[in-house]
Amino acid sequence: MLAHVLGVTFDGFAYGMLLFVLSVGLSVTMGLMGFVNLAHTAFAMLGGYLCVTFMERLGVPFLATLPLIFLATGALSLVFERVLYRRLYRAGELDQVLLTIGLVLMSVAACSYFWGTEQQPVTLPKYLSGYFSPGGVDLGVYRLFLSAVGIALALVLVFGLERTRFGAQVRAAVDNQRMARGLGIDVNRVFAATFAVGSGLAGLGGALAVNMIGLDPNFATKYLVFVLLVVSVGGLGSVGGTFAAAVVLGISDVAGKYYVPEAGAFIIYAVMVTLLLWRPAGLFGRRS
Amino acid sequence: MSADPQTIDPQRLIAEPLRWRWGEVVFWLTLLLPYWLAPTYLSLASQIAIAALFALSLDLILGYAGIISLGHAAFFGVGAYTAAVLVLRAHWLEPFSGLVISGLAAAVLGWLTSFLIVRVSKLALLMVTLGVGVLLAEAANRLSWLTGGNDGLHEIDVWPLLGRFTFDLYGRTAFFYALAVLFLMFLGARRLIQSPFGLSLRGLRENMRRMPALGAPIRHRQRVIYTIAAFYAGVAGALLTQTTQSVALEAVSFQRSAEILIMLVLGGTGRLYGGIVGAILFLVARDQLADMNPQYWFFWLGGLLVLVVLFLPGGIVGSVDRFWRWIARRR
Amino acid sequence: MSGAALAADGLSRSFGSLRVADQVSFELPVGARYALIGPNGAGKTTLINLLTGILHPDAGRVFLDGAEVTGLDPDRRVKRGLARTFQINQLFPALTPLEAVTLAVCERMGLAGDWRRRLTSCRAAIAEAAELLAALRLTEDCNRPTAELAYGRQRLLEIALALAAKPKVLLLDEPAAGVPAAESAELFEVIAGLPADIAVLFIEHDMHLVFRFATRIIVLAAGRVLAEGTPAEIAEDPQVREVYLGGSKIRV
Repeated sequence: MLAHVLGVTFDGFAYGMLLFVLSVGLSVTMGLMGFVNLAHTAFAMLGGYLCVTFMERLGVPFLATLPLIFLATGALSLVFERVLYRRLYRAGELDQVLLTIGLVLMSVAACSYFWGTEQQPVTLPKYLSGYFSPGGVDLGVYRLFLSAVGIALALVLVFGLERTRFGAQVRAAVDNQRMARGLGIDVNRVFAATFAVGSGLAGLGGALAVNMIGLDPNFATKYLVFVLLVVSVGGLGSVGGTFAAAVVLGISDVAGKYYVPEAGAFIIYAVMVTLLLWRPAGLFGRRS
Repeated sequence: MSADPQTIDPQRLIAEPLRWRWGEVVFWLTLLLPYWLAPTYLSLASQIAIAALFALSLDLILGYAGIISLGHAAFFGVGAYTAAVLVLRAHWLEPFSGLVISGLAAAVLGWLTSFLIVRVSKLALLMVTLGVGVLLAEAANRLSWLTGGNDGLHEIDVWPLLGRFTFDLYGRTAFFYALAVLFLMFLGARRLIQSPFGLSLRGLRENMRRMPALGAPIRHRQRVIYTIAAFYAGVAGALLTQTTQSVALEAVSFQRSAEILIMLVLGGTGRLYGGIVGAILFLVARDQLADMNPQYWFFWLGGLLVLVVLFLPGGIVGSVDRFWRWIARRR
Repeated sequence: MSGAALAADGLSRSFGSLRVADQVSFELPVGARYALIGPNGAGKTTLINLLTGILHPDAGRVFLDGAEVTGLDPDRRVKRGLARTFQINQLFPALTPLEAVTLAVCERMGLAGDWRRRLTSCRAAIAEAAELLAALRLTEDCNRPTAELAYGRQRLLEIALALAAKPKVLLLDEPAAGVPAAESAELFEVIAGLPADIAVLFIEHDMHLVFRFATRIIVLAAGRVLAEGTPAEIAEDPQVREVYLGGSKIRV
């Protein structure tokens, strides 16, 4: 019994790690730029499709695709930032929401066109499949891999933000844009770089997600709500908050589906709404 | 040449923009044309009228009070399901009162949630409205004993309208019914916007910060308009149920919330007619294009949305309005 | 406290370690024409925000006409007769001045919540709005969208909106900010011409305007009241000269 609970918790944690990778980029860019980017999961979806293409069509080994996808989606996002997003930094939320919804629609159409509407099959390398069963608890190897990636990423991001000069610039710009500019920080460059990293992480998350939650053109819209959930509850601009929120939501979702299937996603949404009303800035957010 | 205070008539200046214009009369008469010009498309026309009413309800909160909602279908869905349950469970078959009761049910929900809505802004507001929307969608899914779950509810037959007109296969009755309800509710909305309350809503939209400095209790005002908008959405939902004799989960889905937002923005917010124009364009285009190829539809819709946001603020109606003013200045 | 139109008692407010208001106390009698001066960052606008209720004080109280209003929301204070203008125009871009002032008058009359009657039936409100605009010489522009007005006229409209509330106390936050010198004189003529029973406190940087129109000056520095007195007294005050005027004597 305990083994089962531990197993479910671990599965939930791994799912949470996936959500973390998918969401942290959005949290930082929204906290930094105040820009509501609903196309974030579209970048993730693109990452997933790139992974499939690299692996199945070009024979690139799975682990090698990950850095490639990170760079590719990051680079592509820079183009979007320059051409489209930059014009709307001062616009209201509605314009940003609509623009990015438009981009999502276009990306869904494009992905259906190029890759078809079916689920994408991906064959995992042997060393990442199967189970590891210490003490009778079934731990999927891929899920272990995901967890390791998630934790490592969190550590890298926190270290990067707290200890590097670039990180300090990002934090300054999040806290007070005008003052950061006044201090000579090139806020536009910081924005662009952070946005590229955030979107690159989304792409990475999408690639990692293919094996765990599948990939089809509806990915962008299906997981948008979840990612927004994680970001709002965790607090904009907070890596730790996103981590915590992702873990909580991941475990609640998996455990919920196992133990209380009748309630479905109801509990999660209700919890989220309540949390947001209690703390509109998120659990770890700074401003409202 | 300065205007002497004695020569201006402030009463007339205020009344001028509020008058009925010839263009409006023509517009409404044109909406009757499908009956003769496109008799095979009357069910689509009914859907357009219903969507127009729904978009109008969103305009009341978005265009006039500046509240962005990603979950407005919650009220549409409540209205739709209430209308169904009225017939199937309570055996209340009178259509007009059915509309009103369903609208009131949605209004109650709107009033309750309005307390939450006015406490948050920006991202939190988007998330709360989204959250309420998906919450209700989940609830509708789970309460399948009441809502029919995935299968929905069917054979929802109300009494003939005014005792004589039954809903026929060609959709003629449905068409006039939907159009009539749309027009009446539009008149109500118009009256609302042209009241002092409507002016205060416009003030709220133009500059929310200034309103308390005028002595306006903004949260109360927002709650009132949110409740009224929920009523409108509920009536639209009930109209859908009555004219199609069925109701399904899509009535309360995020897709519907997103669609109606897109329609309204395409048409133009804050002008009462934007929702109607947007609904016509969106649904006609979808009808023509989506059949051929759903992917094309998504792609061009997305592209259109991007273009409207970047280059056509105020949507179609707003752009036409600017165009007329530009012409007027040239003369 | 009893005779004052507006009184502050020990108002204090901090943002973290930054003290933006430190035990600020003063009284504004009926009919006052007081000026609030101080270097940039002294906390003048913050004080206005504390008085109007946009900002909550950490300590201290605010009295309006003898009654305590410290806990009241901003819109309730307006209803009690406290109006303000903003340093950066807070207007309604798409509304015409006539519509905007009519709205303000309707708010005061308690009509603005009424969704059942027509706006055109509020004749008294509309007429009053027109009169107010005429008094401020805005009639010529009263039917164009506010966004199209010249900056100086927008500043006048800013004041019109505050006056529409028929306030007993009027707080003006740099009313002449950004207005060219010729028009700012006209603007202050309007302020000088306000009814004698309104108490006015205005923030201003232009010393000529301050010494011309104020009967009494309150000097704020680093969130504290540095000095208070007649223009002559303030001009002589060494502390004020040190902090604000750099040691040189004010030429009046």
